This record gives sequence, structure tokens and C-alpha cells, in this order.
Amino acid sequence: MRTVLFVAVGLLLGAIVATFLGLRGGAPWEEAVLLGLPLGFIQAALCLAARFPARAAPLAPGNVMRIAATHLSAAVVSTGGWILAGFALSQLLERFPGNTGAFMRFQQEAPSLAVTGVLIFLLAVTAHYLVIALETAREAEVRVLSARMLAREAELRALRAQVDPHFLFNCLNSIATLTAEDPGGARRMCLQLAGFLRRSLALGQQDHIALGEELALAGEYLAIEAIRFGSRLTFIESVEDGCRDCPVPPLLLQPVVENAVRHGIAQVLEGGTIRIDARRESGGVTVTVDNPRDPERPAGRGTGVGLENVRGRLRALHGERAGVAMTSTQSLVTVRLFIPWAGEAAAVGSGGGGSHGSL
Amino acid sequence: MAPFEPLRVLIVDDEELARRGLRRDLAADPAIEVLAECPDGFEAVRAATELKPDVVLLDIQMPRLDGFEVLELLDPGIAVIFVTAHDDQAVRAFEVNAVDYLLKPVDPERLRHALERARERRRRREPMPVEALSAASRPAGSPLGRILVRDGAQVHVLPVETIDYIEAQDDYIAVHAAGRSHLKQQTIAALEALLDASRFVRIHRSYILNLDRLARIELMAKDTRVVILRDGTRLPLSRSGHARLRAML
Repeated sequence: MRTVLFVAVGLLLGAIVATFLGLRGGAPWEEAVLLGLPLGFIQAALCLAARFPARAAPLAPGNVMRIAATHLSAAVVSTGGWILAGFALSQLLERFPGNTGAFMRFQQEAPSLAVTGVLIFLLAVTAHYLVIALETAREAEVRVLSARMLAREAELRALRAQVDPHFLFNCLNSIATLTAEDPGGARRMCLQLAGFLRRSLALGQQDHIALGEELALAGEYLAIEAIRFGSRLTFIESVEDGCRDCPVPPLLLQPVVENAVRHGIAQVLEGGTIRIDARRESGGVTVTVDNPRDPERPAGRGTGVGLENVRGRLRALHGERAGVAMTSTQSLVTVRLFIPWAGEAAAVGSGGGGSHGSL
Repeated sequence: MAPFEPLRVLIVDDEELARRGLRRDLAADPAIEVLAECPDGFEAVRAATELKPDVVLLDIQMPRLDGFEVLELLDPGIAVIFVTAHDDQAVRAFEVNAVDYLLKPVDPERLRHALERARERRRRREPMPVEALSAASRPAGSPLGRILVRDGAQVHVLPVETIDYIEAQDDYIAVHAAGRSHLKQQTIAALEALLDASRFVRIHRSYILNLDRLARIELMAKDTRVVILRDGTRLPLSRSGHARLRAML
């Protein structure tokens, strides 16, 4: 592609120079072509090379003068070299019989050729800037599109994370049993489930919510699971003052607490405690969720995708300093989230409060 | 047969509420006798061994042993009906010859129908093929992580890294791990196919070796070699076994 362009520009410039020499300078046709073509190709090479200074000095308000000076001097220097090459070529040509006077004729036209050369070079620089601008615009467009796609994907993943369908089926199974033996309990569980679903749908619509709302949602979820698991599930929450306003993506903790139930409590017959802690630290808030585990099974099995999702969403909102890590001991799995946050000053308005979030 | 010989059922689920629901559904039918409820897989295997039920209603997601692992350890004559909230394991369930696969919440009508099929199977005395069981009792694609062995009513869980070697004995295999030997009804070829091929080598028609336990190979006579394990155990090494072993070292 670049070679084709080079040949085309070379031929075009060659024709221009040859015409110039032939018509204005009165050179014989053969001499004009023999001088014009090589000079045309040299100029073409110089014009293509003008790409490098154009790339090195991107257009920006404030340094226009400096850029103009750069390219003008580049134009003068390269055109000077180009004219010198013309002199050398015409002298070479004169050694062959039948070309007497070629050098003289070139010398005559050199000043006007030099001016033309500078103009062509500057034209090439302008063209390069145009191409660069077009490329930049297209790159920006691609970036915007892929960012939008990533956001859409995260949205879809978040929707899926909202409610684990097995959680629903297990709940319905519990309710089905309760309807026969404890209608009041069945009704309570229905109400709790409806409340949780409604709230998770409403919060899921927002870009970010306050950590306090997220913790309340996790609490509702665990209260429902506690009906299903009975005495096997205990839940302790401890939240330090000043953490609740920290902004987080909605349903950030949902996959973490779901894992704590599915891969923790559900795998340990005697059950145990899910503990959620949130505390202030320098530069942010740390949330830890820990749960018991079966020592005989490999830790963290099947939790990878969920945590990757949590990390991705946290970083999309808070940047690279946000982190998610999982550690485990013989009997305990701990997931630790670090959420960068400056403090009260940067707190989000919680969008009208969690329980009234609009759909 | 029904009024005189009720169908004997074992309920296995780690959630008490779910067990109560099933028991309530079954209580209405005089042709069914619930023998026991078990909260986990170990209890299920023990109860099944002692009580010899006709049918086990088996949850899949359970602590310690999942439903498929339990099924592998049950006597082939026992009919299994899976009861689960997950709808993605049905194919695997029928591969291991489960009588039925019920989804939670359980439809009592479907449950009755499944039990009818189990009763039918009991009448025909149709056992389950053992080989199909162990092959399907692990998620496709991943090598076996542990071998389950039943010793009477007790279940031994042998993580594969604790295994020294496996020896074929007629229709059984003897799994040697941590200085003990465990018998299991399975062919050595079937087990070989399930094990991680980069860690376990078939060194002989009757032996599979855990590579980690290999100390050295000794030449006894021309073309006759033995493998010496780290603990000094000597195992025969066939010619093709030697070729396989050499390819891996």
C-alpha cells in the first residue's frame, strides 16, 4: 500500500518537475524527463518522510509557532538537499553527448523549483496531520465502543449475579414445605424473599450505591438463607462508623455472600458463622467476608469467576487501587475487598435511599 | 405386592426443611415406609448399608460427599431418585442409571410417579451396571480427585495424592494408600481411565503406580524388571509398562 502510494506520488511529482523544466526552462523533452523523474521520486520520499516530524510534534494549541518553525526548517533543509541533488544530476547528464547546457538550464530554474519544493513539502506535512487526525478519531471511536461494550457486559454479568436461580428454587422448596406445616412461616419467608428481590432489582439499576445499602441487602439475603439452613447458618455483621457512605457498585457483595453460603455453609454439615466486617483504613474501606469451609475439599473451588467479576466491577468504579483477595485456612475462607475512598467529602448521594430506589 | 411389602425409602438431604417436605409427601402413601432421614453422604451410605432400602431420595449438593459420590457407593440393587434444585445434571444422572431426576420444589405427583418406576424396577430386580456408575460419578473432563471406598457401612475417602499404587484382584481393585489396602469393586482399566494420566502409570496388567512413589527401576534378568517404591515395596514391571514409564521420566 505504502509502495503504491510512493510510486504514484513519485510519478506525479516527476511529471510536474519535468513539465516545469520543459515548458518554463525550455529543456529538451528527453532531458526534462531524465532529470524530472529521479527528482520526483526523491521529493516523494521526502514527502512521505515528513510523517515522522508530523508524528513527533502533535498539534496542540500553544505550540503552533514552534511546530510551524520545525516544519518550515525541515522543508527548507530537505528542499535544499533536493536542489543540490538536481545540480548533481544535471551535471552528470551533461557528461553524456547531446545534453550540453543541461546544468545551465537547471541552474536557471533552481530558485522557482526550490520554492515549489518547499510548498509541496508543507502540503505533505498538512496531509500527514490530516491522516493522523483521522486515525486518532477512529481510535477514539473504537475505544468508546469497546468501553461501552465492556460496560454492557458488566451489566449483563451483574444482572446474572443479582439472583442465583438455585437460590430461588431452594427458597421455593422451603416455602412449599412450610405451607403445610407452618403457614405463618411460609408467609414470612415469601415476604422476605419478595423484599429482597425487589430491593436487588431496584439497586441493580443504579451506577453505584452506598456500602450501607449493599450491606443491608446482604443481610436480607442471609436472613432468607438462614430459614433454609436453620441452625447451620449464623450471621454476624460489624461495621465501623463512617463506612456506610462509601460508594460501591450495586450487588458487589452478592456473589461473595452467595459463595460463602454455597461453598461454605452448604458444604459443612455442622454449619458455622458468616462474618462481614467493614472498617475504615487510610485511603479507603476494607470489607471482609469470612465463612467456614470443608477442610477436605480444595478451597476456592468454583469461586473464581464470581470474584473476577467483583474485582472487575470494583476497578471500573474505583480504579486500579481497588482490590479483591481470597485467603483460606484449614477451616476458614476469607474474602477481602479494598475500596479506595477519600471519605465523607466524596460520599455519594444514595439516590433517594435503598428501599425506595426507583425501578 | 404393595400392601404387604411397602417400598422402603431413605431420604437424603442436608436441609432439614427439605427432608421434612419429602417425608410429609410420602406419609400419605401407606405403600411407602420411610426408613430414615440422612443429613449427609456418609450417613446415607451407612444407613443404606444397614437398612437396605429399596429407594434412596438423594440430594446432589451436600457436604462431604455429593449425591453422585453417594450413588457410586450404594449397592447396585438400590434405586436412586435424585432430588435437586439444579437442572443441569440430569444427563449425568440418567447416565448413572438413576430412576428419576426431580427438581425442587418437588411436585408430589412427579414424586409419586418416580416411586412407581422404582417399584417397577424392584419387581424386575434390575441392578445398575457398576462400571457406568464410577465413570459418570465425576464431572466430565476433570481427573479423579479422590477415590471413595466403602468398608461395610463406613466410607473411606482417599485423596489421589495419598495413593501409593493400585492392584487388580479379580473383579476388585486393591487401593494401597498410607500403609493400608482398600478393596473396591471396579476394574483396573476403568479406574485408570479416570485418573490423572500425568501422575498415574499403568506399569503392568495388574498395577497402576503413583509416579511420586517411584524410587528406582531394577533389572532382575534379561527383560525382567521390577519397580521399587520409596517405602521399599517391589512391583512387577511389564515390558509395555516399562516403555510407558520411560516415556514419562
